[in-house]
Amino acid sequence: MAAIDIKGVGKTYVGNVNAVSDISIAIADGEFIVLVGPSGCGKSTLLRMVAGLERITDGTVSIGGRVVNEIEPAERDIAMVFQNYALYPHMSVYDNLAYGLKNRGTPKAEIDARVAEAARMLELQPYLERKPRALSGGQRQRVAMGRAIVRKPAAFLFDEPLSNLDAKLRVTMRGEIKQLQKRLGTTSIYVTHDQLEAMTLADRLVVLNGGRIEQIGAPLQVYHHPASTFVASFIGSPAMNLLKANVANGVISIGDGETGLRAGLPDGPVTLGARAEDLRLSDSGVGMPFTLAFVEDLGAQRLLHGHCAGQSVVVAVSPDLPLPSELRLAIASDRLHFFTADTGKRIEAASL
Amino acid sequence: MVENRPFLKLLSHLVLILGVVIVAFPVYVAFIASTHKTTDFITGVMPVLPGSDFLATYKTVLFSGLAAAGAPPIGMMLGNSLIMALAISIGKIVISILSAYAIVYFRFPFRQLAFWIIFVTLMLPVEVRIVPTFKVVADLGMLNSYAGLSIPLIASATATFLFRQFFLTVPDELLEAARVDGAGPLKFFKDILLPLSRTNIAALFVILFIYGWNQYLWPLIVTTDSEHYTIVMGIKRMSDVTDAEPQWNLVMAVAILAMLPPVLVVIFMQRLFVKGLVETEK
Amino acid sequence: MQTKRTIFNSKILPYWLILPQLAVTLIFFVWPACQAVWQSFLREDAFGTSTQFVGFDNYVAITQDSSYLNALIVTVIFSVAVATVSIVLALVLAVAANSLLKSRSLYTTLLVWPYAVAPAVAGVLFWFMFNPTIGLIPYLLKGLGYHWDDRLNGTDAMILVVLAASWKQISYNFLFFLAGLQSIPKALIEAAAIDGAGPVKRFRDIVFPLLSPTTFFLLVVNVVYTMFDTFAVIHATTQGGPNQATNILVYKVFTDGFIGLDLGSSAAQSVVLMVIVIALTFIQFRFVERNVQY
Repeated sequence: MAAIDIKGVGKTYVGNVNAVSDISIAIADGEFIVLVGPSGCGKSTLLRMVAGLERITDGTVSIGGRVVNEIEPAERDIAMVFQNYALYPHMSVYDNLAYGLKNRGTPKAEIDARVAEAARMLELQPYLERKPRALSGGQRQRVAMGRAIVRKPAAFLFDEPLSNLDAKLRVTMRGEIKQLQKRLGTTSIYVTHDQLEAMTLADRLVVLNGGRIEQIGAPLQVYHHPASTFVASFIGSPAMNLLKANVANGVISIGDGETGLRAGLPDGPVTLGARAEDLRLSDSGVGMPFTLAFVEDLGAQRLLHGHCAGQSVVVAVSPDLPLPSELRLAIASDRLHFFTADTGKRIEAASL
Repeated sequence: MVENRPFLKLLSHLVLILGVVIVAFPVYVAFIASTHKTTDFITGVMPVLPGSDFLATYKTVLFSGLAAAGAPPIGMMLGNSLIMALAISIGKIVISILSAYAIVYFRFPFRQLAFWIIFVTLMLPVEVRIVPTFKVVADLGMLNSYAGLSIPLIASATATFLFRQFFLTVPDELLEAARVDGAGPLKFFKDILLPLSRTNIAALFVILFIYGWNQYLWPLIVTTDSEHYTIVMGIKRMSDVTDAEPQWNLVMAVAILAMLPPVLVVIFMQRLFVKGLVETEK
Repeated sequence: MQTKRTIFNSKILPYWLILPQLAVTLIFFVWPACQAVWQSFLREDAFGTSTQFVGFDNYVAITQDSSYLNALIVTVIFSVAVATVSIVLALVLAVAANSLLKSRSLYTTLLVWPYAVAPAVAGVLFWFMFNPTIGLIPYLLKGLGYHWDDRLNGTDAMILVVLAASWKQISYNFLFFLAGLQSIPKALIEAAAIDGAGPVKRFRDIVFPLLSPTTFFLLVVNVVYTMFDTFAVIHATTQGGPNQATNILVYKVFTDGFIGLDLGSSAAQSVVLMVIVIALTFIQFRFVERNVQY
């Protein structure tokens, strides 16, 4: 158990390529942190720097109050779960789990006990003598988890551990990881590109883009108060609608048409954000005219894809709702998000 | 096949049977010769049907040696060949796997240079540098020794390349997992990489054993005392009798014995042999 | 040059790991090769008491030496003949074996073992079989009215060494052709069959062109094989004779160096051979690189 403190960490590769720059995250003991972002955002690099598999070129990483920059991975008291599991193919499940303990000179009896405990937790007892190639994808994933658990490390590091599984298994394993982490209370850093996985697992999310932190926060806080257009469009599915808009005398207009919405913002261009589920079909004949292009029925909800003043918009509505021939959209003004038109940073509108 | 044409099938069988017969014929003739008496070869044509002296011939070559032909007992030459073949194949595998490990899993100054120096050996078959190599071995006092027979032949670029190719296909995560699990470079090599290379090592061993066993020119020039003769070169010394026809039955028996070990290795380890052959040449 | 994403940080260990191979390479490969180059610029007198730097004289000498030119021609004829015979026969056998599903592996076993026979032993076997007094083949040829004598007739001697060298090489080529044939996608053959191409047409239009990388590769390998590995075949049979009819370059390097003790000339010949191997190796590697890309 330990807190992890990442301070001003950066990674520069040969030829001055910045993979990660100036990352600071204070991770509390027992916290589940998810690093999320598109591929190439530096999330894996950051994780591998914490693990000690990648040299840290700037800043410091401390685990349990000890700066680990120059410390070998094995001495950092961390365990890692890899995307392709990295199970030793020639060793049985038992040996895979025991290898790290053996290397540390753990007594045989202790190894047996810990492997048995992990196997019980992960329901791997029947497979201990098997080789990894005789296991299913889900079982291999559990062995990879088990290898981390037996070590009782100060921190778990997960590098996209579920992305090699099929969709259904991914959901199951997601739940198991979450439960296990809560039960063991081990500080965890989890890397994924899947925003849904990030939302469901994290105590706090770290959204990364281009090697920099876009936002850190609890999943719902990030969802409801995205710090930038990047976060707004990356977190949440369908992605938040982002529309180019203009403010004049507190009145918002999109394209030529006024929206009837007001905002306490200075005059000028602005990016307007609206979640698909926050948009409603207006029945009073007011609101933004919406041209429907096509409909996606997902069962629990119905997604209407179309345009407002030439900009594409998605609206989520109840599947039971009849669609009138002329569609207009309305939204509660406290559900609107505003971002600067140039940098995409969030602007908090003064309440009216 | 796409369509079923009995005629084509039959033709294929005929072609292959003919091929097998042609390929086997020289060995058949040799074997037949080894079952006859020396006197059967003095006049006329060699026999094509088995004779009755199989046991007598092989007993002579294996145990009494061919004192008349100035060669040591065959048993000893077989032993020397075995020692040389094992020393060459094991030596090549050991030094190649170690250097491939260094080249793939470490970064150090002069790595590129070292790689190129090893690469050069690919271009220098022993035959083209025979005189100066002989001189080096002579200066080192390695003539007439097992070391002299084997060490100069154990540098191998092909084996190093094979291991390098294989190591590059081993997932990076395996090394990372091992490092997180507390394995240092030597432990990783011993516990992970070596077990994973087992098939490659075995396949390479088959090829290199044959290579080592079949060496001819090198043993011919570095051994002058008969205690270090190998069987492949020994045959030549035996069939080279001045002013007389060789004792063909004995020479052929020795030829059969000389080819037997590597041929058996190929037949019984065919899968490994094919793998080794196809992959070392890639 | 490629390495792993993660590597070990040890500073000294890699040198220890690479040391044995490097030591053997430097002592027994690079140093002798350099010696050969240096030697090729020297001339020793008959008693080995004085040496003299002669520049390119040794090279000039070998180009004007009719026996060297003869060896060059003999080598070319020998290489081309062995490569042609062994490649053609191997291809025929491989195509036949590939068409049989059930017995393919049996035939493979029966055809590949000659690879394991030492070239010297192969030479002795053929030497015996073609022995002019008691050999079986000369006896049969006599029945056809041909008087075989590889000890006096240069052409006969050449045929003998070509057969011995090819016999051993067929199995090697066979395996590579078989592997090549099996890597041709079945769908291609089926598509051609649907397009109405019969077995012969399919082989000519589809299979053979797709095998051309393998064929080219084998051509290079076989030439390298006949230039160097066949030393033992020659030495165990004709010893370059009769009248130098089978005196190939690598054999001449040996005889001039060890028997003739003409070290300068032998070294110059070695250097020429090295240049040839280096050229062939590069051709082979260019081919391998090209092969890897698709």
